[in-house]
Amino acid sequence: MRIDITVNGASQRHDVEPRTLLVQYLRDAAGLTGTKVGCDTSSCGACTVLVDGESVKSCTMLAAQADGSEITTIEGLARGDDLHPVQTAFHEEHALQCGFCTAGMVMATVSLLDEIPNPSERDVRLGLEGNLCRCTGYHNIVRAVLAAAEARR
Amino acid sequence: MIPAPFDYVRASSADEAIAALAEHGDEAKLLAGGMSLLPLMKLRLATPAMLVDVGRVRELSYVRDAGDHIEVGALTRHRDLETNDVLAAHCPPLRTVASEVGDNQVRHRGTIGGSVSHGDPASDLPALLLALDAAFVVRGPVGERTVSATEFFRGFLETVLEPDELLTEIRVPKAPEAGFSYQKFQRRAQDWAIVGAMAVRNGGTRVALVNMGGTPLRAVAVEEALTSGASIEEAAQHAADGTDPSGDINATPEYREHLARVLVRRALDAASG
Repeated sequence: MRIDITVNGASQRHDVEPRTLLVQYLRDAAGLTGTKVGCDTSSCGACTVLVDGESVKSCTMLAAQADGSEITTIEGLARGDDLHPVQTAFHEEHALQCGFCTAGMVMATVSLLDEIPNPSERDVRLGLEGNLCRCTGYHNIVRAVLAAAEARR
Repeated sequence: MIPAPFDYVRASSADEAIAALAEHGDEAKLLAGGMSLLPLMKLRLATPAMLVDVGRVRELSYVRDAGDHIEVGALTRHRDLETNDVLAAHCPPLRTVASEVGDNQVRHRGTIGGSVSHGDPASDLPALLLALDAAFVVRGPVGERTVSATEFFRGFLETVLEPDELLTEIRVPKAPEAGFSYQKFQRRAQDWAIVGAMAVRNGGTRVALVNMGGTPLRAVAVEEALTSGASIEEAAQHAADGTDPSGDINATPEYREHLARVLVRRALDAASG
């Protein structure tokens, strides 16, 4: 089937099988490998992208369901050399160790701060419950999210 | 993990979806947010030949004040429930429990009707709708029928829905002042409840259990004990009466029975506070 999806501002048209998952579409058809496949069971959040501005686990959505939608992946956040404030905060607060969960954490954070611009630490921990970091670097991640919220004010 | 091949059609209205179901019979499955069905399809535990995507049927996404009850469109997302002002004023428990489902990403996609139709005894919302005495409006090729929450859930992942029927609306009695608590016991924040217990105190007391059998359950023995004047502590001892919990990697049946007694006591205490 043919789908039309806007990815990071660019319109794309592809023929896909109905069973194509959004994450496969992004990595294989659109060539954007910043979005990771982690657990592949919608537990870990490594594959989180924005669909029409809201965080979604792209391993548990069909590309067909995203037909006509606007997708933002980690590649779509920076403006040229200027990192997105959430990326900057993750960098400055050292909110990563191995980095595998980071793209998903950043995308989940962008969506969270859109919904809760001034989160408490508890809001952040609850808001990121769908993202797992197996290096268990949560403290710095929470610090980064709070710093990003501060920077956006 | 990739689902087995299937054909896909997108419905733009409830009637279009029902027509597609009628055409394809029990080879077809409805797809709403996909938060329950797609994981099953990826594990190949479900292999429908045809998916009828109702995810964009906007006419079934609403929360309306209907006098003594609230009408919720089946395709209303958890995210839209947890932020809804009508529910804040007239049915806070539904807002609270919607906010406990999965995680943010799941709540951005998952729908109340999808959760109810899936009929998973480990899900949060079916047990709440049982406790609140909700009714479900079901539409098929020959018209509509209304089924009470008590009659709707028949067994593990089994409801009264026929293959050509679509759940369109959930009707929830208003409970603006109800004392309420949901005690959800889980290993990780986003997980399904290993066991969950809800108490609604609104004049009488209703108690519902998550994951204590093949369907969501009312803890009838607890409710009866309270009616006969038992204390919360005494009544909660009956929480596992008449239940049939399964054993799995997370818990033995005996441990689930223990959890039910503890969580019902906590829920009753918190709902009475």
